[in-house]
Amino acid sequence: MVQVDEFPDDFQKEFRARVMPEYGDAAFVKPPELKDCRVALISTAGVHRRGDRPFTHESGDYRIIEKDLAAEDFVMSHVSTNFDRSGFQQDINVALPLDRLNELAEEGVIGSVADYHYAFMGATPPGKMKPNIEEISRTLKKDNVTAIVLCPV
Amino acid sequence: MGGLGHFLERAGFATTQISLVREHTLQINPPRALLTPFELGRPFGAPNEPEFQKRVLVETLNLLTRDKGPVLEEWTEAAPGPKADLEGWTCPVDFGPGMDAVDVNVDPFTAVMQEIDKLRPWHDTAEKKLGRTTFGIANLELDVIVRYLVDFIEDTDAPLPLSGMPRYQAVKLCIDDLKAFYFESALAQPGVATDFELANWYYAETIVSDMLVRLNSVCAATDDAVLKRMSIRGIIPAHQAHRKNSC
Repeated sequence: MVQVDEFPDDFQKEFRARVMPEYGDAAFVKPPELKDCRVALISTAGVHRRGDRPFTHESGDYRIIEKDLAAEDFVMSHVSTNFDRSGFQQDINVALPLDRLNELAEEGVIGSVADYHYAFMGATPPGKMKPNIEEISRTLKKDNVTAIVLCPV
Repeated sequence: MGGLGHFLERAGFATTQISLVREHTLQINPPRALLTPFELGRPFGAPNEPEFQKRVLVETLNLLTRDKGPVLEEWTEAAPGPKADLEGWTCPVDFGPGMDAVDVNVDPFTAVMQEIDKLRPWHDTAEKKLGRTTFGIANLELDVIVRYLVDFIEDTDAPLPLSGMPRYQAVKLCIDDLKAFYFESALAQPGVATDFELANWYYAETIVSDMLVRLNSVCAATDDAVLKRMSIRGIIPAHQAHRKNSC
């Protein structure tokens, strides 16, 4: 089990005590009813299409994941060694639940699935990702996305 | 992750998320988060458990229906999956007769390649069984990867096998591809190993683990700040840190 509890005591203590950035008063957007939401996934697992540029140390850039990208085309180039990858090797849905999201759209639980999803590489200061979040916000709007599920790793 | 939630809400999108590290999420206080007990690397619980994954996803989406935020809710149910065998998992591949004829301290390239050749049938099986492989981010053959890492240990300025990227990244991608090959090979074998048992096998019982420990020591001793930083937890993970200095 790659749990924080499994880390050596000194690293566990340091990891848990890391000071996170402050964001002040949180904006809170009320989406349409779930059955009408168009949903995109944004992952920080450093996943991408085979052949895409691998992620680099503290990079704030992103990769695009098409809605119909086949499971066999996914790879991961996250810089961290400190999380389990064997789950992702067996089933991408444990990190990026694209199949589950498509099933929920077919069942009418959500309205539809976005044409494009996005992947960042965690272990990057959020400020470095911010300009790229602003950039993909424009494409998310063009894709008529109304709700986003954020998937850490 | 929660930081992205704040940025996206300010841009007009409703967001909801999984949390894997409670302490961090409580500090960031994102608009909506489902606090889970899942392992790092497994935000939707467990592989090949579609019903469980779907329940987690639905619960995460349901946070979008709340009228006021921030919304932080708990998911307490443990993820399904194998529990660690008290006797530990053992790789059934016989690394025996002939393997010890090559000393990893004398000829690390041949020693590691012998081990890899023993695993190749299992990796072929893994590709068929899993329908995919995550090996290949370096886009190099295994012998090129091992040759480069062996050369790097001898001389950190050894010619890079990949153009257009910094040295640390070439090293990292080679390491990640080796790990993907070994883990996938083990996943195809009989018996069910937990990820922790796989890591214990990979970082302690394989010949390649000797190479990784040496590589870690070399990175720790360089003047290159990024390689030095990689040696802290970027080559051998935190939960296997006790393997360092074992050679």
